[in-house]
Amino acid sequence: MRITVDPDRCVGAGQCALNAPALFDQDDDGLVTLLTEPGADQYDKARLAGALCPSGAITVHEG
Amino acid sequence: MTYTDPAAPETDPPAVDFPQRKPGVPFPPPDYADYRDRKGLVLSQLSDGKRVWLVTRHEDVRAVLTSPSISSNPEHKGFPNVGNLGVPKQDQIPGWFVGMDSPEHDRFRKALIPEFTVRRVRAMKPAIERTVDAQLDAMLAAGNTADLVADFALPIPSLVISALLGVPPADREFFESRTRVLVSLRSSTDDDRMAAAKDLLRYINRLVEIKQKWGGDDLITRLLATGAIAPHEMSGVLMLLLIAGHETTANNIALGVVTLLANPQWIGDDRAVEETLRFHSVADLVSLRVAVQDVEIAGQLIKAGEGIVPLVAAANHDENAFECPHAFDPSRSARHHVAFGYGVHQCLGQNLVRIEMEVAYRKLFERIPNLELAVPTDGLDIKYDGVLYGLNELPVRW
Repeated sequence: MRITVDPDRCVGAGQCALNAPALFDQDDDGLVTLLTEPGADQYDKARLAGALCPSGAITVHEG
Repeated sequence: MTYTDPAAPETDPPAVDFPQRKPGVPFPPPDYADYRDRKGLVLSQLSDGKRVWLVTRHEDVRAVLTSPSISSNPEHKGFPNVGNLGVPKQDQIPGWFVGMDSPEHDRFRKALIPEFTVRRVRAMKPAIERTVDAQLDAMLAAGNTADLVADFALPIPSLVISALLGVPPADREFFESRTRVLVSLRSSTDDDRMAAAKDLLRYINRLVEIKQKWGGDDLITRLLATGAIAPHEMSGVLMLLLIAGHETTANNIALGVVTLLANPQWIGDDRAVEETLRFHSVADLVSLRVAVQDVEIAGQLIKAGEGIVPLVAAANHDENAFECPHAFDPSRSARHHVAFGYGVHQCLGQNLVRIEMEVAYRKLFERIPNLELAVPTDGLDIKYDGVLYGLNELPVRW
């Protein structure tokens, strides 16, 4: 699994930082930033963050 | 290129009454389940005769709220008018960015995002705890009964917002009294509410002038410093934060207390916050839209200029998105609810609301463990006439 984030699309809802804080944070502008690629035990959290993002700023590439 | 099946009938589906809360009908109304089961979307009609499409399934609501063919701008022809939101008209108040689309909207949103990050709102928690404690001190000092709406649920978000904006402590009572009138449909007239909105707008404009001159450690000062928002747009932005964050939060606090008293096994469990947001979905009629191009949602063609009403309470009780949606079950994973909307307009203050609700429930039940309703549950004074679902009052005793 691989994650890409697009701060240009981010609307700062903070769902990723709230629900998957080991993977995502908000930078000084409050926009999404990827902390680390997910380990196998974090795939569910990564998928959750991708599904919750209201603006499509997080893409989870499976496989 | 579009291909029209010659056998497909051009007739509209039969129209249903526009959803209205009324005595004797639970909320969300049972009709929503019927609407979700129908093919396509449900046609309805507003009191002004305009056609609107009701959207009730979770995936369809998300599709509407992210479609580039669908607009939030009330100036577009066909935008649905569902009654007085207690909100000034956008053309009278620049900076009202919930009524804008991208990219115009994004300048405002981006400037405000840093104020509402998870980290920033967590830093506000101690101050929120002090605010909640002070309300509880006053309630406890006054006796063993209270109206939990007037004495607890309404003042907390008003005081939190006024602190965030940098309203001086000496003015917070004035600020709170005016915001209270704005949302009290029972005890205030339209004229009262109009006057209160004008007072607040005048006060906010004056506050912006003061912050321009003297500055401070507050949202207004920081927002002015970004240079992204012009001083004349500030009042719209600030009124929006106030209105978006006040009654919505208050209604969630009050309704959540009722639900927790009925389900006491969940008192003290912070997961009750997310489930309360989903379960009550107080902002059912808030995310209004209009199609600006022909667009198909759930197989239904919506023509440019037709209004769309995504019903978030219906989406949040969709069996295809939530198992046993009518049960209050904080152990479920309900994070994908659309109580805060979806798309670029999803509630900016959602993480602040979560903390306010969490602190309000925790402190209330810690400090008044023998709290009980002073009226039967079926005698609760529900807001039938407001845009938001909530309670006019909540009599409690201990």
